[in-house]
Amino acid sequence: MTWVNADKCAIVGVGATDYYIRGKSWPRTINEMAGEAILKACADAGISVKDIDGIAYYSGALAGYLDKFDTGSLMETLGMPNISFTAALTSGGGGSVGAIGLATAALMNEDCKYAVTVMAVQQVPTARLGAAFGATLPSPELSFIQPAGLFGPGHLISVLTRRHMHLYGTTRDAFGEIVMSSRLHAHNRPKSIRKSLLTKEEYEASVMLADPLRRLDFCLESDGAIAVITTTTDRAKDCRNKPAAVHACAHGASRNWGRAFSWMGMPDPEFSSSGHKFTADRIWSQSGLSAKDMDVALLYDHFSSMVLMQLEDYGFCERGEGNDYVLSGKTRYDPATGKGVNGGVPVNTHGGNLSEAYIIGMTHILEAVEQIRGTAINQVKDCEFALASGGPAPIPVSSLILRSL
Amino acid sequence: MTSPIAYGPAQLLPGEHIRITTNPDTEPFWLAAKEHRLTACQCASCGTFRMPPSPFCPVCSSTEKAWPDLPGTGTVFSYAICNKNFMTGEDFVYVPVVVDLDGAPGTRLVANITGCSAEDVHIGMKVTVEWTPIKDGWVLPNFRSV
Repeated sequence: MTWVNADKCAIVGVGATDYYIRGKSWPRTINEMAGEAILKACADAGISVKDIDGIAYYSGALAGYLDKFDTGSLMETLGMPNISFTAALTSGGGGSVGAIGLATAALMNEDCKYAVTVMAVQQVPTARLGAAFGATLPSPELSFIQPAGLFGPGHLISVLTRRHMHLYGTTRDAFGEIVMSSRLHAHNRPKSIRKSLLTKEEYEASVMLADPLRRLDFCLESDGAIAVITTTTDRAKDCRNKPAAVHACAHGASRNWGRAFSWMGMPDPEFSSSGHKFTADRIWSQSGLSAKDMDVALLYDHFSSMVLMQLEDYGFCERGEGNDYVLSGKTRYDPATGKGVNGGVPVNTHGGNLSEAYIIGMTHILEAVEQIRGTAINQVKDCEFALASGGPAPIPVSSLILRSL
Repeated sequence: MTSPIAYGPAQLLPGEHIRITTNPDTEPFWLAAKEHRLTACQCASCGTFRMPPSPFCPVCSSTEKAWPDLPGTGTVFSYAICNKNFMTGEDFVYVPVVVDLDGAPGTRLVANITGCSAEDVHIGMKVTVEWTPIKDGWVLPNFRSV
């Protein structure tokens, strides 16, 4: 059953600031970085910023965890005369690609004509994502987690990862391969924060921060902003660049995932998963496609092990077979052929959150658009379908397929 | 699967830095802990357990709650090994464990474990509750290897 809104909307503009190591974007401000990304996205689309009349955020419109996006402030400084849609998906970064579905909902409801999705993040010392739980008094719910010393996302993810290793024999070698593959893809990109090639010895020398995860299994902590503009496919014809059609998009999760690693009550097999099975099933049902039909996969990689678990949830391999899939080199991009290695679908051709930059999922959307346009630095040959994901995180996680029309 | 790294004894994070908050749904759990009684929230209508305590039974939607005494034993479901106390910045080996509670099917607690080396903690390990005083007069359930 094809989704009723398949290919009716498209991403027509993308814009990004420079990427910075955590805290180094100061004295830029959140609104200035967001504004630069929005203006660049408008220029890329060939529209005026004053044409923007919708904003579809995620992460509850939080800009990083320091600030909150205030649509009024953005209108005030960028000059949009009217905004007829301003909404956000709930919770955190898991909604990143789902925000494109929110934009699509707004466009299909004729609430707006051009919807922007924006994320800006700035981690000054008092607002560090990696210590999200650390400094605050826990809520009554988190009082059942935080006293155990699970201070940051890496601590929490390591508990899920350990269970995966126990159930399926998954090895640290597979996590190392994901990091090395990511670094290989980041190597030739001017904006990558970590771009030197990584050897297995260097990976294994990386300090264990939350056993079984090493420092290099954790994503970058970075600052920067990215904006993308979605409009109807009809209007997209008048835009400057080739549209990337929204072919399928879903957000949500099952109750068995729910609050996820801020709950730890998930049964098997959800406990040692990425929580993406529900939205993966939805986009495959919306599109009639499956993992093998994807030309590239941009998988939210805040932690290396969660790439492996997403490969399983999306069906690139069976559950429990992620270790062997990854170790056979199937996440790598081969520049000689413009395809994957060993029959695999290239994963995170932009270097992902692990090596390029962490803008809370937006770099994956940017790369998906560039792959569909045919302008990516590590361009996949004849790229028709690009998968992008948001999360693993507490509900919602999200899934997006962009298509070359 | 145990860790190949020798970490040494698994320690409990010191209680003097640990704070919790409660609400009317969760407070009975913590009041029982003050008396060194391990309990879990059980639906008084259909008997289904749920943790953390929440307003409704997810099976039958009842708000009636029971707080039975549990044996205080359980099984390690998963864990991580951590080596720094973020509350003080000091190097400190501790092991957050997710424990399946005996006597309350489907419920888990997340706590620290002691009584063994960190590298010897493993999934399936049997544990028994150990009480740790924390700030503001509350008491935290932790676990000891059996």
